Amino acid sequence: MSQQTSVLYDVPGPRQRRITLISSIVATVLLAVGAYFLIYRPLDDKGQFSMELWGPLVDPSHENFSQVWDRIGFGLKNTLTAAVLAIVASLVVGTLLAILRIQLKSLTRRRFTGMATPVAYLLRGLSATLSAVTRVCVEVFRGLPVVLTIFFVARGFPEFGISFDSLWYLVIGLTVYNSVVIAEILRSGMEGLPGGQAEAAAAIGLSPAQTTRMILLPQAFRIMLPALISQLVVVLKDTSLGFIISYEETLNIGKQLIGVLDNPIQVYVVIAALFILANYSLSKLAQFVQRRLSRGRKSVGKAAPPPPAAALTSQAEGAGGI
Amino acid sequence: MSVLIDKFDVFAGGFWLTLQICVLAAVGALILGAVLAVLRISPVPPLRAVGTAYVNIFRNMPLTVVMFFAAFGLPALGSNADFLRIPVLDSLFTRLGTDLPYFRFALIALVLYTAAFVCEALRSGVNAVPPGQAEAARSLGLTFGQNLRHVVLPQSWKASVVPLGSVIIAMIKNSALVGFFGVVGDLSQSADQLTSAEGYAFIPVAIGISIGYLIMTVPLGALLDRLEKRQAVAR
Repeated sequence: MSQQTSVLYDVPGPRQRRITLISSIVATVLLAVGAYFLIYRPLDDKGQFSMELWGPLVDPSHENFSQVWDRIGFGLKNTLTAAVLAIVASLVVGTLLAILRIQLKSLTRRRFTGMATPVAYLLRGLSATLSAVTRVCVEVFRGLPVVLTIFFVARGFPEFGISFDSLWYLVIGLTVYNSVVIAEILRSGMEGLPGGQAEAAAAIGLSPAQTTRMILLPQAFRIMLPALISQLVVVLKDTSLGFIISYEETLNIGKQLIGVLDNPIQVYVVIAALFILANYSLSKLAQFVQRRLSRGRKSVGKAAPPPPAAALTSQAEGAGGI
Repeated sequence: MSVLIDKFDVFAGGFWLTLQICVLAAVGALILGAVLAVLRISPVPPLRAVGTAYVNIFRNMPLTVVMFFAAFGLPALGSNADFLRIPVLDSLFTRLGTDLPYFRFALIALVLYTAAFVCEALRSGVNAVPPGQAEAARSLGLTFGQNLRHVVLPQSWKASVVPLGSVIIAMIKNSALVGFFGVVGDLSQSADQLTSAEGYAFIPVAIGISIGYLIMTVPLGALLDRLEKRQAVAR
């Protein structure tokens, strides 16, 4: 931890160490006093620490304990179901979309020589249009809030006489947004690969489809694995939006519990802790994978993989939102 | 499609309110995020621990939960967020001064949540500065402040501006959630209001609302792409 900040500071000498120690103690005391007066006291005054409110959540002998945790378990199961379905669907759709965009891009560069002139122009126009259409779709769905895609799906589908379980609205809404993000992650991964990879694949006689499938995609997945895992965190967090369309995920269950037990702060603390636990372990996994990957690369003597485009990953993470 | 013209004032009003939330939340998040980043790179361990804990907690929690906390926790702490009724600001952003606290609660939640990401963007910028730069500055005899002002911050700023922009874009998108937390009249709540209560056809409303968000996110994203490409060449 102390080495991490060494960009700005020299290794501290005895005097600096003393100053650090003293300021540490002062800061700790100030923080403790601040927390006591600004958070603990007001909460305690309102009786927020009483066993009456916490009991159903933490005391196994409480009459409602098992029932409450059954409900929370039910909510967790629903959250996980939605998250797993959404991430699998967005991986599949995202991969297809990435391949489509890469193929269309290479098609627009082709001249279609050897065909009759009108046919060649038609094909060129067609591929340019398709490429533009996918580009616009990606930009639009990347720019829309996930809340709205979920809301639009849940409101829009019944208008056309299609109705599902609310689970599927949530999954579709999440997939629409996340597949686009994943497609962009994979595409930038494939475009970031050294040009020699695709050239070598073409030289040994692989077709463009084979090149993408056997050479580009596996490497893009590998390089972008950390970004993909952080996208998982995003999906897991975004399932909490299910409450908008009254899908019974953890947060919605929490709301129901609050309706009965009337202890909002306590229930949300527990739910927040559950989310933080799951997502923190996922982000740690992403860091671990990233370290493993860069180490593996170096030991083979290749250049380190190019880091994912900053805008892409941090936006994905930031959207981690909601 | 007539709803787009008939109810243009609703769309425009929703856009304006969403824009207000975004501007206020962006300013708040940048300030709080900068403070947190200072905490996280400070030499004092307890302050660093506080910064790290804050970032880990808020980055791993859904914004929805943060919003619920703001809406239930603050009243329990005995606050109606009245400290946000800042005299001059609330005449410009009228919602800050209203009696219903939901706008202020949503604003607080958005600021708290986004600040964690802002902090990470700023910190990764500082960490991206090669250690040799700061060492060279120290060996030239620059003081800590001079070192920061002339050597570290200009370089870290370059490295963090693109991630910061992405965080702001994500925040604009996240602001759609406030419409579901009692803030009346923003873009997403207008969508709900127009389609369910006033019974307008769904597709035109959806298009109008989408345009409202895309006006904010797409140009910003294009700008960031250009910035990033320019920096990639410059390096």
